[in-house]
Amino acid sequence: MDLTLTPEEQAFRDELRAWLEENHPGPAPRGGDQEQFEFEREWQRTLHAAGWAGVSWPKEYGGRGATLIEQAIFGEELARAKAPRPANVLGLVMGGPVVIAHGTEEQKERFLEPILSAEEIWCQGFSEPESGSDLASLKTKAVADNGGWRITGQKVWTTFAHEAKWCMLVARTDPDVPKHKGLTYFLMDMELDEVEVRPLRQITGEAEFNELFISNAYVPDENVVGGVGNGWMVAITTLMNERAGLGATAALGLRRTLDELIELARERGLADDPVVRDRLARLRIGIEALRLGAMRALTATMKIGVPGPEGSISKLQWADINQAMTEFAVEVGGSEALKSDSLWAYRFLRSRANSIEGGTSDVLKNIVAERVLGLPKLR
Amino acid sequence: MNFDFNDEQREIKSTAREFLAARFGPEKVRELAESGSPYDEGIWAEMCELGWPGIAIASEYGGQGLGAVELVILQEELGYACAPTPFIANAYAGAVVQAAGSDEQRSRWLPGIASGEQQGAAELTNDGGAIVGAAEGARILVLAEGDGARLVEPEAATLERLDLIDTTRAYYRVQAEGGESLPGDIAAPVDTGMVALAAELVGIAQRAMEMAVDYAKEREQFGRAIGAYQAVSHRCAQMLYDTEEARSLTYYAAWCADAEPESLPLAASMAKARASDAAAAVTHNALQVFGGIGFTWEHDLHFLLKRAKVGGQMLGTARQHRDRVADLSGLGEPVPAPA
Repeated sequence: MDLTLTPEEQAFRDELRAWLEENHPGPAPRGGDQEQFEFEREWQRTLHAAGWAGVSWPKEYGGRGATLIEQAIFGEELARAKAPRPANVLGLVMGGPVVIAHGTEEQKERFLEPILSAEEIWCQGFSEPESGSDLASLKTKAVADNGGWRITGQKVWTTFAHEAKWCMLVARTDPDVPKHKGLTYFLMDMELDEVEVRPLRQITGEAEFNELFISNAYVPDENVVGGVGNGWMVAITTLMNERAGLGATAALGLRRTLDELIELARERGLADDPVVRDRLARLRIGIEALRLGAMRALTATMKIGVPGPEGSISKLQWADINQAMTEFAVEVGGSEALKSDSLWAYRFLRSRANSIEGGTSDVLKNIVAERVLGLPKLR
Repeated sequence: MNFDFNDEQREIKSTAREFLAARFGPEKVRELAESGSPYDEGIWAEMCELGWPGIAIASEYGGQGLGAVELVILQEELGYACAPTPFIANAYAGAVVQAAGSDEQRSRWLPGIASGEQQGAAELTNDGGAIVGAAEGARILVLAEGDGARLVEPEAATLERLDLIDTTRAYYRVQAEGGESLPGDIAAPVDTGMVALAAELVGIAQRAMEMAVDYAKEREQFGRAIGAYQAVSHRCAQMLYDTEEARSLTYYAAWCADAEPESLPLAASMAKARASDAAAAVTHNALQVFGGIGFTWEHDLHFLLKRAKVGGQMLGTARQHRDRVADLSGLGEPVPAPA
């Protein structure tokens, strides 16, 4: 057991830290509007120019080939520096890795570089109004047509849809086989007239997400990833990529917020209140447990290819802590913190989605029970 | 960075698991717990043969010269087995004497503690007189004295056996005047003691979780295994969540004790706070999964539940440790560790 960084890991961190100090663009404008997006696109170009855009990607595809630990360090350092997120986060974290894992040589040639440079933004079309946690039940259908497919259906919770050039879309190509087997993974051009994007206003008042209405949109065969009928397997890769390495970065982000909350408690004269202190200490301990669990999971993944049981709870921990922390923060902050334009109020509201997005806490507990503890399935 | 045991540590863990499983089966634990005299001298002698009592004591005093990580590995397994032994009382006394004793005190007491032949026992908590585990068999008692500690020979002390709910260990209230002060600082070994206790609580939680999960796979109601119902399976998932959080914090704190002592105070209190809560919650939830049978004396779960609750209060409750975490997180002036 050695929790210090190796000389290589330390060199990686120091190089990144120095680079960030030099190149940090300052805080992104808030509000989820075009200005913020262009700011984040510019930031990604800066990252890419210095080779920091696809840290986890293999070098031959323009990435940095970083180890899992280095990826965690990357996330931590960006969180520590309060750096903005890159504009094409879904392309970097999900789209690129899927093309690298399952794509043809032509697809790698065509799609990867514009993801890194943020020239082409990616979005994800998985969920549907009637297929949330039960993703494999999705109904959007694809019908073979003249060297390609005609796609019709409705998608929801599509982040960045109005900025995106490509949509990672899962549709049903064969309605006559069991539900997991009839799916195919497509890259759909978002500029087609047959794709309509409608923003979805959320409880924060912003519209981070969209609905997609797709009526007979054409996708050529060369934009099928991983072969017809393999969509479920390909989609699972992207979901795993979404969760991998989340813990360490998330813990650092939470620590930053907790530091602000401790400052708020002090300003409000509550730093000596025993109940406040107890609540803050609970949060501090939870965040540390998340960080350490993520480190254990990273070690296990590097050694045996999969995280241990501790890795299966990271997302649950993160959602629990962020929701509890922001709930408590609006209480500590008083009515100031409840104003519509308060950052704490925004965080409180936004974090309500944490236990839903990227796998609901309820379904994640099913997964822990069935796959880690080996309990029987209800179904 | 490598957050995992090395080969030697894994070996210690698997040896301990095997050794303890062979000796402390449920019937044996029950027999000892119900006998009023929970320690089996034969098994203790075997543990001494293996060098366990001296695992973290320097080799010049006859110990194995290993660290807090190895101590924590043994302690977790002792918790998992719910093993009735004087191990923690002796190991904790050894840690304090080793860190804070004079050369003379160390030479006099550590060899006996390391071999297990002349055990030590240290104060685990203080509410109306020190409470010590295993005081009767001990050759030397380590009691608190202000911010430090003193050594008292049992003949000079009044020992009163306490009938606590946990009967897998012997607890004593100790009254003693005087004794011999230890000249050094005891903060680090006290923190290490908390981490060892946290490890025991992790082992207890792990065992209770495994028992409940096994039962949930077998027990059928309404025509299917109860573990298929989400009310039960989510309760089990929460047990894993609690246990793994406590485990991550405990291993980290043990590593701090060995490699990064400046981080130990905060890490130790985080581990003890979380492990105390986790062991209480997991044993409670396990009992709920078992239902009525888990509430019977005949079932073994209550030994874990009781030991979890008592261990949770020794060397500071979860609330006291969170108070210290708050201080160490910048919410006030640092305070000494709770005793």
